[in-house]
Amino acid sequence: MAKKSAKRRLTQQVADLTGAPGVKLTARSSSLNHYSPSSSLIIYLLVIFFIYLSYRKHVLLGIAGKDFVILAASKAAMRGPTVLKAEDDKTRQLNKNTLMAFSGESGDTVQFAEYIQANAALYSMRNETELSPSAVANFVRGELARSLRSRSPYTVNLLLGGIDPVTEKPHLYWVDYLASLAPLPYAAHGYAQYYCLSILDKHHHPDCSLEEGLALLTLCTDELKRRLPIDYKGMLVKVVTKDGVQEISVDNDKVVRSA
Amino acid sequence: MDKLVAQYSRPPHQNEMYSEQEQQDLTASVPPLSLKFSLPPVDNHSAFLRAMTDDHSNPSCPIKLAHGTTTLAFRFQGGIIVCTDSRATAGNWIASQTVKKVIPVSRLSRGEDKKSNEPTPGLLGTMAGGAADCQYWLRYLSQQCTLHEIRHKRRITVAAASKILANLTYAYKGYGLSMGTMLAGMTPQEGPALYYIDSDGTRLPGNLFCVGSGQTFAYGVLDAEYKYELTEEEALNLGRRAILAAMHRDAYSGGFINLYHVKEEGWVHHGFDDMNPIFWETKLQKGEFSNVTSTL
Repeated sequence: MAKKSAKRRLTQQVADLTGAPGVKLTARSSSLNHYSPSSSLIIYLLVIFFIYLSYRKHVLLGIAGKDFVILAASKAAMRGPTVLKAEDDKTRQLNKNTLMAFSGESGDTVQFAEYIQANAALYSMRNETELSPSAVANFVRGELARSLRSRSPYTVNLLLGGIDPVTEKPHLYWVDYLASLAPLPYAAHGYAQYYCLSILDKHHHPDCSLEEGLALLTLCTDELKRRLPIDYKGMLVKVVTKDGVQEISVDNDKVVRSA
Repeated sequence: MDKLVAQYSRPPHQNEMYSEQEQQDLTASVPPLSLKFSLPPVDNHSAFLRAMTDDHSNPSCPIKLAHGTTTLAFRFQGGIIVCTDSRATAGNWIASQTVKKVIPVSRLSRGEDKKSNEPTPGLLGTMAGGAADCQYWLRYLSQQCTLHEIRHKRRITVAAASKILANLTYAYKGYGLSMGTMLAGMTPQEGPALYYIDSDGTRLPGNLFCVGSGQTFAYGVLDAEYKYELTEEEALNLGRRAILAAMHRDAYSGGFINLYHVKEEGWVHHGFDDMNPIFWETKLQKGEFSNVTSTL
């Protein structure tokens, strides 16, 4: 059951389909899931529960300001008790001014992100225009909602940040694996929600500058370093402005002392 | 011969201390630390209690415990700030919005007959976890502290009081107690002292603790701006704001903000204030909580 990568599918299908309107790239070939329903159901549910707990350890943060959106994602790729990779990039650029950060079930995340990326690219090629962040967000939500009622839903939590190319206004969307979509001035996923939202509640202002936004992010990551009993291997920080997406280098080695 | 050996192998000063009988009499006059409670006739008490009370795994459990809280206390240059919310929940049900989660410990400081706003000497305890457990055992601690005052003619130290409580919770470990409490006080021997004690038997001295379901939200606000050199006004405002953050984000916290300041002369109460006007004032005047819309 080899699942083709979304990118390879894109090149194939774009070649086949130029001029065939209304055809969308397919998500993934149906794979066979077999487990005996009764006896192993409890184990199955337990496994799902622990997987769910494990990916709450990932940190996703988003802050929208006056003319930018910051997305930050932890750099650790974890599986069970192991850090598989300490320089993981949990973001994908969807078009010139939209960026998506994701966490969730390993496998699903990248697969879903690249599927969205490919469809956003296909739309741009066909129509010679970029989708606005709100259009992408609603498309993503639609795809997640469709997937949720399927045999194997994508278990992916997302933050979507972008600048509207027409109005040049920043947009940040919070999307979870149950396909809720919420436009917010600041957002977080995983355990980061519990520590950072109260900080952002207090210190965020909708018209803050990029410097203030990054200072706010430091306030959040410092608290996570202080209180989270997990080493998430630092944050990868990207900023979306009207000029596009840009990675920002941050000091991840700072030692934070608690009171 | 054996008698001779026994006679000379005894410690030389054995009879100078209290005799066995005298020691027995002395200890018997003190109530035993573990009070005798009747227990359900089952093998595993904690498993039985969990089956009866665990709302999460069994939504139709017969006993819904009062859980969910935010309490915080921190030490600073001017003493200790103690702040709590006032909501009591039993499962999804808000059982009360006017709970007093700060409990003065020891008879002389319960403040029941207090007339003025003068500082009241003594310790403060906070309540998180099972409401009944906290109330009962803090009252028991209060009794022990009062007895200590009468016996020794001086106030108990926070270290000693916290140890009484920790030994108690440790003695009952595995019987399903549920409490997370902080003891704050200022004594001539210790200065400002803050201890965290929970039902696992943990006892930790420290500068800053938040306890309860809203703890993470309170920690977020508090850690970001906490420093030991805070002025009294800054410390009071920070404590109030941290609890407000937790009351706003945590469904199991809310109601009124209960604020105390422990000083050298004793503790002072700084109000039991409805969170709602404070929230809207914070939002509309300081521009915080920008994710909440105030327009229709």
